[in-house]
Amino acid sequence: MFKSSRNRIIDKSFQVIGLATTIFGLLILATFIFYIFYVGATRIDWAFMTNLPSRFYAKAGILTAWTGTIWIFVLTAFSAIPIGISTGIYLEEYAKKTRLANILEINISNLAGVPSIIYGLLGLEIFGRFLGLGRSVLAGSFTLALLILPIIIVATKESLRAVPQSLKDAAYGLGATKWQTIWTQVLPVSFSGIMTGIVLALSRVVGETAPLIVIGALAYVPFVAKTPMDDFTVLPMQIFNWISRPQHGFIVNAAAAIIILLIIVIILNGFAVFIRNRASRKNNW
Amino acid sequence: MDLQFLSETEPAVKTIGKNLTQEKQFMAREEKLAKKEKKHYALESHMLNAWYGEKKILNDINMKIEANTITALIGPSGCGKSTFLRLFNRMNDYIPIFRKTGDILVDGEDVYQKRIRIEELRKSVGMVFQKANPFPKSIYENVAYGLRIQGEKRKSVLDLAVEKSLHQASLWDEVKDDLKKNAMALSGGQQQRLCIARALAVEPSVLLMDEPASALDPHSTHRVESLILELKEKYTILIVTHNLHQASRVSDYTGFFYLGDLVEFNNTKDLFTHPKKEQTENYISGKFG
Repeated sequence: MFKSSRNRIIDKSFQVIGLATTIFGLLILATFIFYIFYVGATRIDWAFMTNLPSRFYAKAGILTAWTGTIWIFVLTAFSAIPIGISTGIYLEEYAKKTRLANILEINISNLAGVPSIIYGLLGLEIFGRFLGLGRSVLAGSFTLALLILPIIIVATKESLRAVPQSLKDAAYGLGATKWQTIWTQVLPVSFSGIMTGIVLALSRVVGETAPLIVIGALAYVPFVAKTPMDDFTVLPMQIFNWISRPQHGFIVNAAAAIIILLIIVIILNGFAVFIRNRASRKNNW
Repeated sequence: MDLQFLSETEPAVKTIGKNLTQEKQFMAREEKLAKKEKKHYALESHMLNAWYGEKKILNDINMKIEANTITALIGPSGCGKSTFLRLFNRMNDYIPIFRKTGDILVDGEDVYQKRIRIEELRKSVGMVFQKANPFPKSIYENVAYGLRIQGEKRKSVLDLAVEKSLHQASLWDEVKDDLKKNAMALSGGQQQRLCIARALAVEPSVLLMDEPASALDPHSTHRVESLILELKEKYTILIVTHNLHQASRVSDYTGFFYLGDLVEFNNTKDLFTHPKKEQTENYISGKFG
């Protein structure tokens, strides 16, 4: 057999294998979504969205849960994004490339892989007990902010590194200071990359449960959080709580809540993608 | 309108300053005499040595360049000519392993002194890079950038500077109708002239050019070269080039670098017709490099 024809066969079979694995993954996802909608779609109505939790499945709603999710999302975004981006900028543009900086960099990347429940323990000790925030929205947000900081920092660093040196040289050559160069040239160009990292990180915030269980978020909160110091629950906690109940009605509730959670994630991601696309259209290379 | 305000106050200023004027004139004359005695070169390097880490890049370079001349730096790749060029606006500062001894003077002042603010230096020593590197913004914003970062916000001033600089870079006629167009949409040659316009907008006195035409087609190269010749009237130009014909066409003086040494530095005509050193002759006749 000629070498070239063997190469063609390898090439072809890779194409087939790739297609098969793609279909496999998508099929499982599709089955899951179809099943969730089959079970839960009819349960969603206005009352379900606006009712407080209850021990009767027909009366139980997710008002506290979805408002809690929005609370957590917003507060986490506000605390993690500025810190994450500033840290990324500092490490990439200002910090001297010493051995210490290298060690720091590797550790930050490793932090992105630490199990989330460990962050829960850290949050419980630092925010819940030491700072006395208890099991408030604030304690939960700060804990999740810690969880996603490494993701945002790494994404920021990677996007900054991708900015061509020639662009920075151009700004420096005209007498721009480092900050002017970063603010007027580097950040606009790397914005879409940073946003992608933030979108990934914030999607994780919406779905995260384990650290919130550890800091003591409750599934049964009979009121909507009004200040960041109030107790709270979030959608994943509510879902987790419902699927562990024996009555079938709660399983239906859980499926309905999962649909709402999916919709919230899609809306938030869509919004972020919209911002990103608008920015990258302005800076097309 | 601003100017009107100035002319109204002028008579008052005149009376107050009448006595001072004579004294000032006297002092100015003194200063001029002092300057003449110790002539300032536009660019000067004195016993300059440079290293990247352990590797020595430049050996004892002494060079004096007069104002309003074009000086070409030629030599094979890696001979240190670009590093030398970048000393004058301190672009090497961003390379952590770079270090140097000796002095670099611009208008008689050592630019590596502690008190020199690097941003100020780069306003008077502009630079054009090998690969055209316009900002991914409009043509207008590209040219206005240098003034904007200095805090200039008045639209009239910016408009004027943009038009003037584009004229100087002989690009105005091609782009005047769509200054809002993204600069990345221009051709390579136009982009490079835009970069020159951008450098001129901050009104430097020196222009450093690092192989400004090496990535351009012959026609664009020709346009950039004639532009360089026009700019000589107002600016001192230092240009690194791999193109020996270009060096002989545009420059008044030429320096030949080889392995970190300034082998020969002379006026261009003599260097190309009667090179004093054998290495120079070998290089310009194409025996190596």
